[in-house]
Amino acid sequence: MSRTRPSPTGATDPTGSTDPVVAVRDLAVDLGGSRILRDISLEVHRGEFVALLGANGSGKSTLVRTLIGVLPPAAGTVRVLGADITRRAGVPWQRIGYVPQRSTATAGVPATVVEVVRSGLLAAGMLRPPRDADARVRRALERVDLADRAHRAVAELSGGQQQRVLIARALARDPEVLLLDEPLAGVDAANQASFARTMAGLREDGVTVLVVLHETGPLAPLISRALVLRHGAIVHDGEPPPAAPGHDHDDHDHLHPHGDSRDEHWAEERAHGGDRPTGDRSAIRITPGGLA
Amino acid sequence: MSTFVEMFSSPLMQRALIAAVVVGLAAPVMGTYLVQRRLSLLGDGIGHVALTGVAAGWLVGNAMSLTPHDALAIPGAVVAAVIGALAIDVVRARGRTSGDVALALLFYGGIAGGVLIIGLAGGTTANLMGYLFGSIATVSTSDLVQIVILGALVLGVGIGLRPALFAVSHDEEFARSLGLPVRLLNMMIAIVAALTVTVAMRVVGLLLVSAIMILPVAISQQVATSFRATMRLAMGVGVLVCVSGLVITYFRALSPGAVIVCLAIAVYAGVAAVRPLLVNRSRARGAQAAFDPHPDHPDDVLVAGMTEPGTAGGSTATRGTTARE
Repeated sequence: MSRTRPSPTGATDPTGSTDPVVAVRDLAVDLGGSRILRDISLEVHRGEFVALLGANGSGKSTLVRTLIGVLPPAAGTVRVLGADITRRAGVPWQRIGYVPQRSTATAGVPATVVEVVRSGLLAAGMLRPPRDADARVRRALERVDLADRAHRAVAELSGGQQQRVLIARALARDPEVLLLDEPLAGVDAANQASFARTMAGLREDGVTVLVVLHETGPLAPLISRALVLRHGAIVHDGEPPPAAPGHDHDDHDHLHPHGDSRDEHWAEERAHGGDRPTGDRSAIRITPGGLA
Repeated sequence: MSTFVEMFSSPLMQRALIAAVVVGLAAPVMGTYLVQRRLSLLGDGIGHVALTGVAAGWLVGNAMSLTPHDALAIPGAVVAAVIGALAIDVVRARGRTSGDVALALLFYGGIAGGVLIIGLAGGTTANLMGYLFGSIATVSTSDLVQIVILGALVLGVGIGLRPALFAVSHDEEFARSLGLPVRLLNMMIAIVAALTVTVAMRVVGLLLVSAIMILPVAISQQVATSFRATMRLAMGVGVLVCVSGLVITYFRALSPGAVIVCLAIAVYAGVAAVRPLLVNRSRARGAQAAFDPHPDHPDDVLVAGMTEPGTAGGSTATRGTTARE
């Protein structure tokens, strides 16, 4: 399966290159002896804002973690900004940003927001932050509306604020391409709205974004393209799910992104080649997982 | 007063005090990374393996007819500790065996190997006691030189590479996405932790070596809010308890290692007892806006025991829930 698309925004590489920012060919990934991803081929072009959708276990996070070089491919190639990510040497790491799921960080010893964000300035061959680190950290925190929490211990912050710290950590290096793994998970409506503002700014700046989502929520208006994964394969590549009519950032529907959401229904429909659902978004249902 | 002058003018005590200061500074630096990585017991595992190294050094020294027989004990401990630390890091990274099972292998194998080899070297377990429980009073000038060199190395790496070592200890997956040489940095932490164990071996003994790496960090993380402050405070606490413990044993015939560790535990208990008072005062000082993650949103859930929604107490109760999401 090979899908290539031109940049929908028409944005061009400042260097004049029209090469894809992310180019994946015939990718397969195994975890624990099982094949998690198979036959993945895709290209992401400069300025695209791509949502990666699909049910739990469909392989979304595995794909993003492979794109960033955390997981090794079993087969195929992954090139980011023209470099083979598996070789590590020669990869322009400083131009790539990554926001992992919040649970990847350990918290044995307290760390302040500034300390965590500063760590985002390191790279291969740069084991200490650069001289302008303070200014870059301040700028990154302003972009996520957390400048006033700079010297707080991260553990003191709410879950949504902790997520914004991780985003600031990725933004500190001013990445050209940003990969995010479920940034809305466990994040309340106010923090989701703040996150959406940050992401809108990045889109305006021409940053290429690939974000794993359970539902598009407040990001829906920004998304230029949706990829839907099912059982480790891409089953839809194209139109994003439609933004909810009368979308409101305070809509409590977003409070439980793992719920049986409208976008998951949409993704399921894409997976089975059906029509888009027309479910009533305003209804708040109580599910075993909580409010949905 | 004259007793103190006498104590500080004793060459034996001078060497012991220098060793105590070096260990007090260096051990908590690596302990901070181990606690951050949730590998607090790694030092113990390495300590047990180092005992095999001590015995092996003794065996080789004996075979070479060196005097004293344990001249190669510290080099032997360094080699064994480094091999053990790297082995456990490889096991941890591959995820084939859980971390605690790998540590258990080191614990039992290290002690058994040490006792077995010291027997082959013609010695008895009594020869190992100084290494198991510390023998700072017998630190020779050459021992001190080795301790100072290793201590300087530990401090140089632990503090000089703090940004990178923090990044890899705080979030290994993210560190990998930065392009950092994660495997190399992990190996460096393991090797330097092993060196720390051998530095601290003479002061507190291999059985208690991990305590002087971990307890000062456990004390300081109760009050510090940043990684850097935790490390600095832990270094201060480390020096304080090591020197105090040593001075106490000058006046009372007690084991320095045991006194140092008991002192550290007493400080931990004292700080834990006082901490709620400090934290409550700090919270009372802080305005609600400084703590409430969503100051513009009224609280819509009341938790038993919390005060009116919108007050500082209400905010605190909400925060206690959300911070652990």
